[in-house]
Amino acid sequence: MRIFRSQARSEYKSAVGQQRVASQIETSHWYKAKRSFRRHWQLYLIMVPGLLYFLIFKYIPMSSAVIAFKEYSVVQGVWGSPWAGFKYFNLFFSNPVFWTLIKNTLGLSLYSLVVGFPIPIILAICLNEIRDGFFKRFTQLVTYAPYFISTVILVSMTMLLLSPRLGVVNLGLQALGQQPINFLGIPNMFPGIYVWSGVWQFSGYAAVVYLAALAGIDPQLREAARIDGASRIQIIRNVDLPGIMPVIVILLILNVGSLLSVGFEKVFLLQNPLNLATSEVISTYVYKIGLLNANFSFATAVGLFNSVVNMILLVTVNSVAKRVSDSDAGLW
Amino acid sequence: MESTRVLKSENRIQDSFGDRVFMFFIYLFLIVVLLLVLYPVVYIVSASFSDPIAVTAGKVWLLPVDFSLRGYEVTLQNPQIITGYVNSLIYTVGGSIISVALTVLLAYPLSRRDLYGANIVMFLITFTLLFSGGLIPTYLVVKDLGMIDTRWALLIPQAIAAFQVIIARTFFRSAIPDELVEAAELDGCNDLQFLRWVVFPLSKPIIAVLALMYAVSQWNGYFDALLYLKSADLQPLQLVLRNILILNTTNSGSMDATAMAQRQQLADLLKYCLVVVGSVPVLLLYPFVQRYFVKGMLIGSIKG
Repeated sequence: MRIFRSQARSEYKSAVGQQRVASQIETSHWYKAKRSFRRHWQLYLIMVPGLLYFLIFKYIPMSSAVIAFKEYSVVQGVWGSPWAGFKYFNLFFSNPVFWTLIKNTLGLSLYSLVVGFPIPIILAICLNEIRDGFFKRFTQLVTYAPYFISTVILVSMTMLLLSPRLGVVNLGLQALGQQPINFLGIPNMFPGIYVWSGVWQFSGYAAVVYLAALAGIDPQLREAARIDGASRIQIIRNVDLPGIMPVIVILLILNVGSLLSVGFEKVFLLQNPLNLATSEVISTYVYKIGLLNANFSFATAVGLFNSVVNMILLVTVNSVAKRVSDSDAGLW
Repeated sequence: MESTRVLKSENRIQDSFGDRVFMFFIYLFLIVVLLLVLYPVVYIVSASFSDPIAVTAGKVWLLPVDFSLRGYEVTLQNPQIITGYVNSLIYTVGGSIISVALTVLLAYPLSRRDLYGANIVMFLITFTLLFSGGLIPTYLVVKDLGMIDTRWALLIPQAIAAFQVIIARTFFRSAIPDELVEAAELDGCNDLQFLRWVVFPLSKPIIAVLALMYAVSQWNGYFDALLYLKSADLQPLQLVLRNILILNTTNSGSMDATAMAQRQQLADLLKYCLVVVGSVPVLLLYPFVQRYFVKGMLIGSIKG
């Protein structure tokens, strides 16, 4: 999924560029619009359902996020409710849960990044190294497959394997003479379970992008290095890695940019009252406060804070990446 | 003769000792990865085909012990599961049709370079990936539209994914050359005719990619159902599975009560069967559709 975003960023880039060009030729601006509309009214017409979708389900929610600054009441609606200023933001920042949420969210993301980012690269390089054949295709097929397992099933599998009573992990521990461990009941275990089950599920999928990038490297480079007597490790270090570096940088930017957006679905399912100390993250907190406790304004404020921080992170990381490396390294 | 022999030997430079050791470790690594990915799946499938007593006693660790189909008999008679399956099927088929239609109708015009305003619209669509109103405001919109606790709540609010619009647009840009549009226009073909008779026949690959991606996310999703649906008879399979597997709650009325009460063992076995039953449709299809996903991913990752 992440790789698609790189495309998204470049759309952003081209759209911004386009606007700049458009303002320079202001005179033909209106004329061009009219002419285009008259010629292609059918194309504009078929876009209407899709545009309405984005208006209703993306842009209206964006504007009604204003309830973060209001005392929202169902009766008065989004725009009729009285203003509350930064009350809910202050409430959130001064709440002791704030630091726990930030710590858990950042902790899970950083752990995922440190472990989950290099493994697909290593996997892709290894797969690229071996001969084409059944083993290679089979390994790719098998490692890619967990991507298609739903979050519910993945979490269920994790729980079954780690179950203190039935789980095969604990049966193994018992066979070694250890006491069974209730892994999901120990807060310190939660980040590991979250991250490694994610590695299990997504590494094969993420490796596909790197494999494609590796396949795009000119084979002559590898051959030349080989003839010059380079060992396989040297070829990987000096040909393969530089060749896929642009892809690595882009994916790294995207990952760092979404540090504060840990996915709701899996964390929520893995959560239980025993591990809540490390498993409560911003998105699960928003869900509980907002929909279970019906505190809409407060939950929206927390969510808005999260969205804004994410956007700032992404923009910052992107510009840093552009400054420290070649001009083409960034997303836009 | 001499030269071809030289060429061949160039292609086959003998691996040095170091390289052979390195390759050994690469194969070793890949085999370990393979086993780590496969083992949990094999274990759960084996347990699901074992005798309930063997499962509870922890005798299963690799292959089925005392092969039995008892678990599946009970699973497939469970009305909750059947309802979930039927619902998931409705959401997956209905949702994919709606999503693909809307995405293609939006993405094709946006791919046209001669359409005024397309880039601004594209920017606005892309922006939704960067920033969103959040969970609660979206929920309020769905609520105001009266979709809560109706099937529409799973079909419409997530109908279009911005990523898929970008993928489809990139595809149309590369697959349908501008010259084709010009030629058709010269021949007096209007935009809708062009869409029907030129674009549509050329876009089967992208339709397959989009349909599969939407279908898998519909089939695997539970979050929207958790948010928007309350009635048990509307719930998709994943939510039913969550209730049974993760929350450990069973609707006592609809579950086979005697079997549940009498046999904790059977309840344990059921979990393994449910995991298999819940993931089989997608995993069975997967080897056949894998290439479409790889294709979709690669279209999406082209920068620029």
